[in-house]
Amino acid sequence: MTINTLSQDGVQRQQMSCLTKMERMVISMQDPDMGIKLRNQRLLITVIPHAMTGADIVEWLIKKCSISDEEALHIGQIFVKYGYIYPLKEPRNLILKVDDSPYRFQMPYYWMSTRWPASELDYAIYLAKKNIRKQGELIEYEKECYNALHKRINHTWDFVVMQAREQLRASKQRRKADRIVLKCQEQAYWLVNRPPPGTLDSIDHGPERRTMNTRYLLKRTLTITLCEGLTRLCVCVCSYVKYCEQYQPHDPIMQGCLPSIPWITDDIMFWNMNCETVAVPTKLRVERWSFSFMELLNDPMGRKEFLTYLKKEFSAENLCFWQACEDVRHGETSKIPEKVDEVYKQFLTPGASRWVNIDSKTMEKTLEGLKRPHRFVLDDAQMHIYFLMKKDSYPRYLKSDLYKNLFARAIVPQETKKSVFPFMRRQRHSSPSPALATQAAEDDGKAKNSNSFKSNSGTASRR
Amino acid sequence: MGEMEQLRKEAESLKDEITAARKAVQDLTLQDHVAGTAVVGRVQLKTRKTLRGHLSKIYAVHWGDSKLCVSASQDGKLIVWDSYTTNKVHAIPLKSSWVMTCSYAPSGNMVACGGLDNMCSIYNLKGKDGNVKVMRELAAHTGYLSCCRFLNDNEIITSSGDCTCVLWDIETGSQKTVFAGHLGDCMSLGVAPDFNTFISGACDFTAKLWDIRDGQCRQTFGGHESDINAIGFFPNGNAVITGSDDASCKLYDLRSDQELITYQDSGIMCGVTSLAPSLSGRLILAGYDDFNCNIWDSLKAERVGVLSGHDNRVSCIGVTPDGMACCTGSWDSFLKIWN
Repeated sequence: MTINTLSQDGVQRQQMSCLTKMERMVISMQDPDMGIKLRNQRLLITVIPHAMTGADIVEWLIKKCSISDEEALHIGQIFVKYGYIYPLKEPRNLILKVDDSPYRFQMPYYWMSTRWPASELDYAIYLAKKNIRKQGELIEYEKECYNALHKRINHTWDFVVMQAREQLRASKQRRKADRIVLKCQEQAYWLVNRPPPGTLDSIDHGPERRTMNTRYLLKRTLTITLCEGLTRLCVCVCSYVKYCEQYQPHDPIMQGCLPSIPWITDDIMFWNMNCETVAVPTKLRVERWSFSFMELLNDPMGRKEFLTYLKKEFSAENLCFWQACEDVRHGETSKIPEKVDEVYKQFLTPGASRWVNIDSKTMEKTLEGLKRPHRFVLDDAQMHIYFLMKKDSYPRYLKSDLYKNLFARAIVPQETKKSVFPFMRRQRHSSPSPALATQAAEDDGKAKNSNSFKSNSGTASRR
Repeated sequence: MGEMEQLRKEAESLKDEITAARKAVQDLTLQDHVAGTAVVGRVQLKTRKTLRGHLSKIYAVHWGDSKLCVSASQDGKLIVWDSYTTNKVHAIPLKSSWVMTCSYAPSGNMVACGGLDNMCSIYNLKGKDGNVKVMRELAAHTGYLSCCRFLNDNEIITSSGDCTCVLWDIETGSQKTVFAGHLGDCMSLGVAPDFNTFISGACDFTAKLWDIRDGQCRQTFGGHESDINAIGFFPNGNAVITGSDDASCKLYDLRSDQELITYQDSGIMCGVTSLAPSLSGRLILAGYDDFNCNIWDSLKAERVGVLSGHDNRVSCIGVTPDGMACCTGSWDSFLKIWN
């Protein structure tokens, strides 16, 4: 979804966020398993596929959101008013009827968030098509709009007429049912975006009622997401304790570091040994890669090692794709279209040299989004590949010989002592906090001392 | 108006629902669980370096990597220090001396600052001829700039006294997303380790978690009794730490959507101005108005150390990305590096 820059109506932005929430609901409505049951509907003599009745919609809303009849009807009405669902029988009457009148989902191409505001050129083409198809089919207000547009965009009128003729010709080659469906969809879109005078304009910024409706919908969807998502406290607390314990050896303020803290001993060995291009990494560094996948990816050396491993498994294109997506996300805005195009050519085209294995749903969504490339268009695909690597390649890498050998080769730096001053570096945690006078605290302190002594003697003998 | 009344009732019942949901996951008190964790003991850090050069109050400091940091002072200068050698790498004169925040880009190519001029000025450190010049001036806020943080070389998030936070595109200088929702001046912000979300603390006593992609406020945390001055993420990205004028710091857990711990002491009566967690998250260093910094054990909520040495309020604090040292900046115009 493109993000509009701040225009004079900040309400537009407010509505945008509500629209995304609505769209999410619409998508869940269309879910083949859990959504509304679609069936063929008879419209006069033709049969329209994938249609549903008004009663179905209301029933689904009641079940899914556990709300009352009136509320479900109200929410359903909003979907119809904003053009996400349109009626087949009386297209001009944008209301939801709780009987067996047929309705259909509007295709995403015509959704408010993607095609808004509606362009004049498109409207001109639509009216021209109507005019050409059957003379005199335009209603009064449409005739007025048509004439006004003809005056305003006269310079491109040839293009408009040509487009209209072309679209009509293409539609003639479709089946009647498809043609009717497309006609209804287009008509519904324009009824929402260019409503006849006198009807309530659903995208009008003005009346407070409009924003109240959308705020209402917003609050409901908020509740739904909230109640689905809280984690139990014991799980959360455990994770903090685990995290602190795991990272404590890596925290220099708490436990110092080897060979020495540069700030104390004026010796920059630590930084030299841990820089990006060092030949042999330290054990702590290699160990840190096993904490989480993000740790591995954040360290350039870790990434390089992982890439070597993936090459052996013939899945190196996954990491390359992930890196290319990161580049799109964090790079210059002006270069985004060309970068996205590069990514498409190298990784997403069927038969590409470094084709990545994404499931069809994500691939379809990504390809659709590529028509209007923006910073986050590759996010879904990137997430899919990220989790693929995290669940599959990453654990195997940690068990592989490549990693184990590197860990074995990794060095534990010898502690350097400041030769000038006679006293040794002050031990950390040598005395417990005065506030804690308990025996347990003192025992803990002693245990820590003996541990640190052990590690020191360990490094001395290794050399 | 009947509808407004109905909406108000709806909002109230929603609030009750949220409180109930939070209570429902409270199956354990934090105290019980961390009772078994090893004690940290006394943490004593000493001043290793003092960076002298500013002529007035220092308002902000931000680390770029393990040695380079940038500091902003109301003498109208932005200084980039090599803190290890205490050399000034760059001394950038500012157009407006009323600066309140500064930030170092993760790539090391740029620094940004802003303040009462309502603008965020971006400076390019790696210019062709070696001079540091203004690259962009991001102007659109209607209030003072309280904090800014780079996401990458193209995007920066700013928080402002006009109660909004904004995501900017640096190249074009335009606003990409406006995060509106706070009811008071936004005082500080922090970006998550995965760069997908960020948090902001404001003078309406709440902290909000925002999704950078769609501009939504995902979660709101209340509980403080005064302005939130400082905010930061716990290193694993699952918790938020806030520091407030009510002399306490609080830890909010994101996954269970509630406050876990409060760090306060009856002996401390002045507000928190800044905070930073250590690399493992076990220690939280917080700067206070009483010229000291307190070090808290984040799990046991006990004070385990003090950094005293400044002659005036500690206005900013930061821990290096490698967790090696912390830097405090104060209104006494000195920066001190502690380890």
